[in-house]
Amino acid sequence: MTELRYLAPDTLDEAIGAFAAAGSAARILAGGTDLLVQMRAGSVKPGVIVDIKKIAEMTAIEQTADGSFRIGAAVSGAVLSEHPRFGKVWPGVLEAVNLIGSTQVQGRASAGGNLCNGSPAGDSVPAMVAAGATVTLQGPNGRRELPVEQVPAGPGRLNLLPGEILVSFTLPPRPKGSSDAYLRMIPRTEMDIAVVGVGVSLTLMDGLCTAARVGLGAVAPTVLLVEAAAKALIGSKLDDAALNAAASACSAACLPIDDKRGTIAYRTKVAGVLLKRTVAIAASRAERN
Amino acid sequence: MAKLHVSTTINGEPAEFLCEPNDTMLDALRGQLGLTGSKEGCASGDCGACSITLDDRLVCSCLMLAVEAEGHELGTIEGMAHGDKLHPLQQKFLELAALQCGICTSGMLVASDALLRKNPRPSEEEVRFWLAGNLCRCTGYDKIVRAVLETAAEMREQGIKESVQ
Repeated sequence: MTELRYLAPDTLDEAIGAFAAAGSAARILAGGTDLLVQMRAGSVKPGVIVDIKKIAEMTAIEQTADGSFRIGAAVSGAVLSEHPRFGKVWPGVLEAVNLIGSTQVQGRASAGGNLCNGSPAGDSVPAMVAAGATVTLQGPNGRRELPVEQVPAGPGRLNLLPGEILVSFTLPPRPKGSSDAYLRMIPRTEMDIAVVGVGVSLTLMDGLCTAARVGLGAVAPTVLLVEAAAKALIGSKLDDAALNAAASACSAACLPIDDKRGTIAYRTKVAGVLLKRTVAIAASRAERN
Repeated sequence: MAKLHVSTTINGEPAEFLCEPNDTMLDALRGQLGLTGSKEGCASGDCGACSITLDDRLVCSCLMLAVEAEGHELGTIEGMAHGDKLHPLQQKFLELAALQCGICTSGMLVASDALLRKNPRPSEEEVRFWLAGNLCRCTGYDKIVRAVLETAAEMREQGIKESVQ
């Protein structure tokens, strides 16, 4: 049996050095709400655990002068919800992050972990995609940025290079009249995995939708950016014709699985229904901004 | 390989223990530290029976490595009563019979205490959502929710701002 080593470096360089050196035996520990469950189940047997929570950049929330937010990969949902401004600017991203698990899980779980777990049903991911968030990755060969929608490669798989660590999310500055929302469909009211999740971010100017992005979760091997749905919304007054077209685009983008939570037909239909509901919430928020 | 040495604070008192790198905090509490009030239900973060606070933040001790406690402050059910004097939540759970088998109770109490510290005036809906990660197979939850709401009301009335560390 291989001995497990636990490392909690103070700097990103040390973390990357240790993570890269250990290769596929290494796992990153942020909140641990997926990793510890996987270790317990025996599906993951790490040789090295690199705890990133002592690295200042990983746990920081910063708002820059232009209004963009930078959120460390290990910031917990509970900490993000207590930030005085983040939830006002990005209520949809915040509600999505806060839907991950229970109060106890919120005390530890992070958006970075939710993305890197690679689940197509991760709640924060469609909202981050809709927000136009990018991630900063750092590895042995330096830093790079990637749009969130390009991070997942399939269930449990990521487009990260060997030794790369997710450092932070960057959410862009918000023009006036912008807001976002996230809705998920689950068979119960709390503590379940999304059957469909929809994130919408939009900008309204005198009732006209001038910008929109739609993220769709749990209906394909990865979370999807549905450009056709956004296109149907942009330039409209979010009238029925535009909403129907956007809903159809969401349903058309679905490549779901049948499972105990929902059939292919159900998920495909609900994707369109949820799109309309999510747009309505995002629009009512945007009108107040 | 040598065990890891961890220095931490539990219920306001300094504590030290040795652990394996893959021991959970729940393993260390119930094993090395002899604090068996925190229960293991699911060991996967679903049931909340192992709830503790980590730097005043409610967490599942089964989803935390023991070695992560280094330099942090933990709060467990053992720190809730002052000697023989029960915390108002504990007293109310007894009065209203908000427990049957008791396995979930310490987690329910730790979680409820964390709620009332953050929000001394929770609505019923807020209590239910806050406790959604604490499962109880006996009570049907109503008595637990009522006990939390009544305790909150009494604590506000009596001006008890601080609960036991």
